[in-house]
Parts: sequence; structure tokens; C-alpha cells
Amino acid sequence: MSASLTGPAPGHDAKAAPAARPVARSLLVMPSVLVLLAWMIVPLAMTLWFSVRQYNLLDPSIHGFAGIDNYTYLVTDPDFWASLENTLILLVAVLVITVCLGTLLAVLFNQPFPGRNVARVLAISPFFVMPTVAALIWKNLLMHPIYGVLGVVAHAFGVPPVDWFAHYPLFSVIAIVSWEWLPFALLILLTAVQSLDTDQLEAARMDGAGSIAQFFFITLPHLSRAISVVIMIETIFLLSVFAEIFVTTAGGPGNATTNLAFLIYSRALLQFDVGGASAGGMVAILLANIVAFFLVRTVARRLET
Amino acid sequence: MSMKSARRSRFLRTALGTTILACSVAGTSSAMADATITIATVNNGDMVVMQKLSSEFEKQHPDIHLRWVVLEENVLRQRVTTDIATKAGQFDIMTIGNYEVPIWAKQKWLVPMDNLPANYDVNDLLKPVAQGLTYEGKLYGLPFYAESAMTYYRTDLFKKAGLTMPASPDYDSIRGMADKLTDKAGQTYGMCLRGKPGWGENMAYVTTLVDAMGGQWFDMAWKPTINTPAWNKAITYYSDILKADGPPGISSNGFNETLALFSSGHCAMWIDSTVAAGLLYDKKQSQVSDEVGFAPMPTGTFKGGPTWLWSWNLAIPVSSKQQEAAKTFVTWATSKEYIALVARNNGWVAIPPGTRQSTYDNPEYKKVAPFAGFVLAAINSANPDGQTANPRPYTGGQFVAIPEFQGIGTQVGQTIAGVLTGQSSVAQALAAAQSATARTMRQAGYPKK
Amino acid sequence: MTDSLTKRLVIAILGWTVALLLFFPIFWMVLTSFKSETDAITARLAFAPTLAAYGEVFARANYLAFALNSVVISVGGSVLALAFAIPAAYSMAFHPTQRTRGTLLWMLSTKMLPPVGVLVPIYLLFRTTHLLDTRTGLILIYALMNLPIVVWMLFTFYKEVPHEILEAGRMDGANTWAEVWHLLMPLTLPGVASTGLLSLILCWNEAFWSLNLTSSSAAPLTTFIASFSSPEGLFFAKLSAASTMAVAPILIFGWFSQKQLVQGLTFGAVK
Repeated sequence: MSASLTGPAPGHDAKAAPAARPVARSLLVMPSVLVLLAWMIVPLAMTLWFSVRQYNLLDPSIHGFAGIDNYTYLVTDPDFWASLENTLILLVAVLVITVCLGTLLAVLFNQPFPGRNVARVLAISPFFVMPTVAALIWKNLLMHPIYGVLGVVAHAFGVPPVDWFAHYPLFSVIAIVSWEWLPFALLILLTAVQSLDTDQLEAARMDGAGSIAQFFFITLPHLSRAISVVIMIETIFLLSVFAEIFVTTAGGPGNATTNLAFLIYSRALLQFDVGGASAGGMVAILLANIVAFFLVRTVARRLET
Repeated sequence: MSMKSARRSRFLRTALGTTILACSVAGTSSAMADATITIATVNNGDMVVMQKLSSEFEKQHPDIHLRWVVLEENVLRQRVTTDIATKAGQFDIMTIGNYEVPIWAKQKWLVPMDNLPANYDVNDLLKPVAQGLTYEGKLYGLPFYAESAMTYYRTDLFKKAGLTMPASPDYDSIRGMADKLTDKAGQTYGMCLRGKPGWGENMAYVTTLVDAMGGQWFDMAWKPTINTPAWNKAITYYSDILKADGPPGISSNGFNETLALFSSGHCAMWIDSTVAAGLLYDKKQSQVSDEVGFAPMPTGTFKGGPTWLWSWNLAIPVSSKQQEAAKTFVTWATSKEYIALVARNNGWVAIPPGTRQSTYDNPEYKKVAPFAGFVLAAINSANPDGQTANPRPYTGGQFVAIPEFQGIGTQVGQTIAGVLTGQSSVAQALAAAQSATARTMRQAGYPKK
Repeated sequence: MTDSLTKRLVIAILGWTVALLLFFPIFWMVLTSFKSETDAITARLAFAPTLAAYGEVFARANYLAFALNSVVISVGGSVLALAFAIPAAYSMAFHPTQRTRGTLLWMLSTKMLPPVGVLVPIYLLFRTTHLLDTRTGLILIYALMNLPIVVWMLFTFYKEVPHEILEAGRMDGANTWAEVWHLLMPLTLPGVASTGLLSLILCWNEAFWSLNLTSSSAAPLTTFIASFSSPEGLFFAKLSAASTMAVAPILIFGWFSQKQLVQGLTFGAVK
């Protein structure tokens, strides 16, 4: 696999040309950086352009310059603020759950026990399941209060089954998303735990440090960088969670599970209001940049070293 | 590497395709150029049968090749709408609802279905169904199957409770019976209804309930009328009956979830699309197939108003480059001959229902589908172009035939789901829905001239 | 002695419980795929196993064609992303400017945009360039989609490489090409491979662009799934069967490459 992955790397014949002066060295890589930037700027520019236009796919008679109308319409929508809140709650909750549980599980799966490799593989598996499928399985086969597994188990114990999506809608979505991302956190953190210097732990034990002290003073600091990686990558995906919400609650009840991605979806693919959806997209980018700013201050700093 | 392999496989495929093409051309000695048409359709059972039987069509028309894109309803709708609105021309035939047909016809996106062959017998199409596909006197899509709504109930549970379903039930008597039939400890629920938010999910049913209670979506000046007493009465009824007699999980139950509940024996009554009749009656899909009873939709204070009419139709976008071939297929798939073909292969009970009078005149169909009469009556009385208690500026049975409705319906649907879970009161929810709808309508430029 | 035995027993029980709990939904999906539709909506463990759902799925859709598209598009997208990311990450790691860090974060933040917001612009672009329903189009989109993550991960790997090694190479007269290919590449190969694997998994599971930009000839397994989910009527068994078939290749691949993934990641970002 790795061999075939490296195969196409020499794709750029231009760089194969010799005679690179040391000064030109850093410039030689600029083409790829530029392509990269262009690739990101084109959709961004189009979105920005559409966000100040009146543009509805279903009604071509509506067109023209909209100014900031699409934006005012968006921010005066009561669902908009709720969706921002839900987006952030979802983000933080899943991050906390996956990082905390992921760390504990990583330590657990680093201990030797019979069949450990198989157990690891099983635990990591949910990461390979597509979000739509995960949501359908959880909603219908597990969490449905009547024919879902949880409901049946509750019934067997004589406990009234919980109506998850009605009474704990956001929590249910968080549970599904956490199930998808916990294995990812576990995978990354496990690699970090494995690279931990066993001599150090041994020395600590000689000094009389208990398991808990070892965990907090040696393992956890060692993991800080891996945790940063997990937070960074998960944040990217968690800000635009959509399939899990669409399949289970369709943003409801009320606006309990409407996040920004779902709100934009309803603009773009239910109302086909391209202008409004683009404005939503721009807000999403803004939000992403704010989040990224905080990430830089707290998380990314650690990655520099 | 992958680019190369992609190219190579494309080359292989082209080579293969050419060989097959050459063979078929040689075989038929036809001089006509071959046409390949791409058909986008929903993954519902009747369409799956169409895909299977289309080999017959290809046999009859060796110069027309079919490519299928089968997707779930929501994905398909966003897919074809994006495509037709941007005139991208990816599809030659689209499967769309009677909601889309008139709206798209108005935009001149669809090819009119005129000059149909005489043996197509266009007058055989059921009037309300054909009406829904007509814009300025022309048909813009041909119906593949159609559905209205009715009441399903469990004959065994009714017998045990000593109840009889009236020939034309009203909502008050339904409520009384639901209370008697509910046995929560035994996981039997008196009334199952859709509750998952969506313009085509909970709001399809709620719209008919509102109509029956004398309400409507908009007044003649396109002002939303959601904060009116009629809506309050309807939503109060809806949430009360579901809280008292409904199954848990209501706010995430759509058509399919409710179907699963009824067919596994958890519901005593269910008001929903007539398409469920065939599914509940099918032993392979239903554990209650011998105990299903049928009755018309309940009526409220306003009788004779619009109820429910949905049809899945085949239409041809103007962006198609194979319009003639596409039309040949569309007329084949919606013809009497096609219905007979399905009957020959899968039996009469499996035919796509609701489109043609001749189907309902057929004694063999009546024999195997005891619900046929109810379905025909429901479709014929659906009255989607009719008036609500107060005059309305729009048409549509369980929807409002304007482009904005998908968004509005889904948003109001979320608010109403919030009533079911106790998140807000009926009055609060309706006030919120009213202001949200008014906002959307203002943004969309209503009232329009 | 007994103390450590108890401890080991507790760990084994705990580890297996967690693993089985996490795996349970997948197990249940596979189990459901062998049920009939009426059995599928009950949580009973006792049922008559049947291959009916698989039969139906195979009869209705050409699984291999979808799977082939998935493979080609995922591998293509990942490889293309790597091809663009390697030089970029090299430049950022070894010839940083003041803007490097800002650029990197900006790239990552564009990745946080919900794709549905840019569907129409991209669709119009694809229509004009005739990329709709082509593998090339999806490969481009996936490369674009994963590029920020790939660049960022490679960047963190490259940061680990001591500058002296590259400088020594330069003294020996290696040009930029040789520097990247013969010095940097062998050093960071496990990291590059892990990044590629991660990108591959993300491509495989991506269900928005693949559904909206393809129709028939380039449609991957996510489209295959969409043709079995939520029709009118019961569908859990068929959906489970289709899902099992769609998930199986990447799951098995993931199981086998797990070691590789772990090794690669250990080398770099998480040290």
C-alpha cells in the first residue's frame, strides 16, 4: 500500500528540472501553494458573490443585487442563534466525550490482556461506518423505543423505555456522533500511549507513584500533543455534522437539534435559496475562523514544539 | 496511478460498450442511431419493479438503452431539482411528485406530454391525478402511481374491544375509540400518526387535519393563517390524541417508522397514505396482514375540502437531448400494457395503483385488492384544487403548491414536533410558526401579482 | 501474585466489554442483514436466517460497479491530495515565512464550511467544465476536500525532521527534487502512508458530494446505499445488507492497515 501511495508523488515534472539555486528553492514550491490557494478561493469567492445576490433556483424571476439582505434575514431568524448554540454544544460535548473516554480507553487497550488485538480492532471499527448508515442503525435498530434494542431491554426489565429523540434529542445526536468519533480518538491516542517511554514509568513506579499518579503526571502530559491532533481534526468535521441530524430528528423537535449545517441545508436544498444559503455559508466560515482562532491560542501552540 | 487506472478502465468500458453496441446494431440491422437515456427514480417498490421489467422495453426498442439512477426520495429530490434548475441535463427522465410538476412547468423546465398515441388512452387517467399534472391545459408529466390517504385499523382489536369502525368516521369518534383501544402496558397504541418534522412527513398529515378543522395555510392576500382558532383546534387534537393514545417516539416517526409499528402489531389505528394498504396486506412485510381493516379518512367540522393526493410521475426536462426516446419510455411505463405486464409477472396486487380507471374496473384487481374501492374513492374525493372552509389562493391537498412550501413546511413541522414533546405549548408553537412563515413569505416577495 | 491476577482479569473483562459495546451496533447491523424484513423490526435474537436481503440487493444494483468507483475515487482523491500537499507541506515546514501559520489555519478553517453551502456554485462549475458524473470530477473534489488535513498532517510530520539532514543533502548538491524525493520521503514514509490511509477512509465515507455530483457512471457506494435507504415500506434488512456490503471493504482494509496507521502516526504528530 505504502509503495503505491508514494508512486504518484513525482507528478510535477517541472520540479524534476535540475539547477535549482538555493535562493529559488523556496520559490520552487510556490506553484503548489498557489494552486492550493486558488482551489480554496474559487468556491469561497463564488459563495461570497452569491451571498449578496437575490438568487433562488426555483424562481429565476427573482434576481438582482441583494446587498446585505440575505445576511439580515439570516441573523434575524430566531433559529439562527439557536443553531449557533447547538453547533457549539455539539462540538464541545463530542470533543469532551471522545477525548476523555478516548484517553481512558487508550490506556486500557495498552495493557496486555488475552485477545487484545482483536478487541482493539473491534473498538476501532465504528470509524469506518458511513454517517448515514450509523444514524439509521442507531435510530431504528437501537434507540427506537418500541422495536429498538434499548427499548426491548428496558421493557424486559419492566422499565418504561426512553423516548430518546423526543426527550433528549441533542443528547441522542451527541451520542451517535461520539460513537463515530470515539474510535478515531482512541486510535490516535493509543499510538501516543504506545510511544510512551516505559523506562520513565518504571522509574516512577520505583519512586512509589501509584497508577493514578502515573497517569496524571506522566501519561497525560505525554498525550497532550496527540489530544491536540484529535481536537483539531474532529473540530473540522463536527462543525458541519449533518447526516446524523437529518436522518434522526430533522432538526427538531422545535429547533432542539438544528445546527448551522442543517439550517443552511434547509435554505439551500428545501427552499433552494442560493443567496440565503451562501450567506449562511459565509457565517459558517466566520464561525470556523473564530473557532480556529481559539484553537490556535489553546491547542495549536502545542503543535509548534 | 489511479488516474491512469481510471482512464484504462474507462477505455476498457468504452471498448466493451462499442462491442456490445456493434453487436446489437448488427443484430437489429436498424439504421437509426441508438439513444441512451438516463432515468432518475425513487427507490420505492413500484419503481424497483419498473427497473426490473424495463428489460422488456429494451427488447421492444433495441435502439433505446436505459441507465438507472435509483435514490431515496429526499436525495433524489435535491438531486433532480439542482440539475433541472441549473439546466445541467444529467437526466432524460425524472421521477417527480405532483408538487413539482406544475411549478416546474410554469418555469418552462418540462417538455409537454402532448400528441400521445391513441392507444395510450389519456382519458383513462383518473381526473384528479391528471388535473394535478396539468398546467395551462397541457400535461407535463404522466402518472406512474398515485395515492390518497385513508384510515387503517385492526379488525381483531376492534372486535375484542367491542367496537365497530363507522363507514365514514369523524375525528370525535376516532378519539373515543383510540382511548378505548390503547393498552400501553401491552404496547398497543390506539392511534399512530406521523410526527417526524418535514413538509412531506408530519405536515402532510397535519395539513389535511387543519383543512378538516376549517383552517388553511394562507388567506387570499397570502398572509399565513397559522395563528387562527382552526389551527389551534387541529394541533390541540393532534397532540392530545398522540399524548394519550400514541406510541413513544412519535416525534421521530415518519411514514416508514409508523408502517413498521403498525405491521408489527403495535397500532390499533393509523391514518396515512393509501400506499400502505398494499404493504400491510403483504404477508412478507406485515405480521397483521389478516387483520387490517380500511375506512375513509376521518372528517372534521369542514367536510368535502381538499384531503390528500400524491402522485409519482415521469417527466422529461427540456434539457434532455433524447426527448423522443424518453417520451417513448414514459408512455410505455405509464401505459395499460405496462400495468398488465406487472400483473403477468408479479400478480395483480403488485401493480402500480391509483392512475387509471381501467385498473379499478378490472375484476381481477378487485378480487386480490379488497382495499381498491377505498383507494379509488379516496383519490376521487381528494379534491386538491378545491376550496378550504375559507377561500384560498393556492392549490394542493396535503401541501401548498408554491416553491417556498418545502422550507416553510419543514420549519413549521419542527415547531409542531416541539408541541408533541412538550417543548412548547400549542399557542406558543403556532405563534412562532406564524411569524416564521410570514418572514419567509416576505423574503420570497409575496403577495405576488 | 493474586493481586496482579485480579488486576489482569479486571482489565481483560473491562477491555472486552468496551470493545464489544462499541462494536455492538455494527454486529447488530450484520445480524439484521440476515433477517427477513418482518424479523428486522423486532429485536429478537431468535430468527430464521435468510440471504433474501442480499439476494434482493444483488438483483437490484450492480454492486461491483459501485465498489470499483469507490476504490478509484478514494484512491485517486487521496493520491492527488498527497501529490499537491507534499510540496506545500515541504515549503511550509522548511522554508516558513511569516504567513505560513496563518495560511495553514485558514486552510483548515475552509474545511469547516458545511458543503451544502457551496453546492450550487460547485454544481454550476462542474456543469460548465463537464465534470458532472465523472470520476475525475469527484477525485478533484475529494482531493480539494482533504487537502487541508493532509497538508496539516504532513506539515507536523515534516517539522520532526531535523533541518541538518536536508542541509547536508544540499551540500552534497541535491536539488529540491532530490531533497524531497530521496531524503525527506524515506524518512517520513510511514507518516505519509498514514495520512494517505486516513484520507482514504474519509473519501470512502463521504456522502454529500458523491450523491450530488454523480448520477450513474461515477456513482460510488454511498449512492448504492442511498438506493436502499428509506423507501416506502420496510427496508431495514435490505439497508443492513447493503450497508454491510458497503462498509465491509473499508472495514477489512482498516483492520489490516491498522498497524500501519498506528506506526505512521507514532512517528510524527503524536510524539
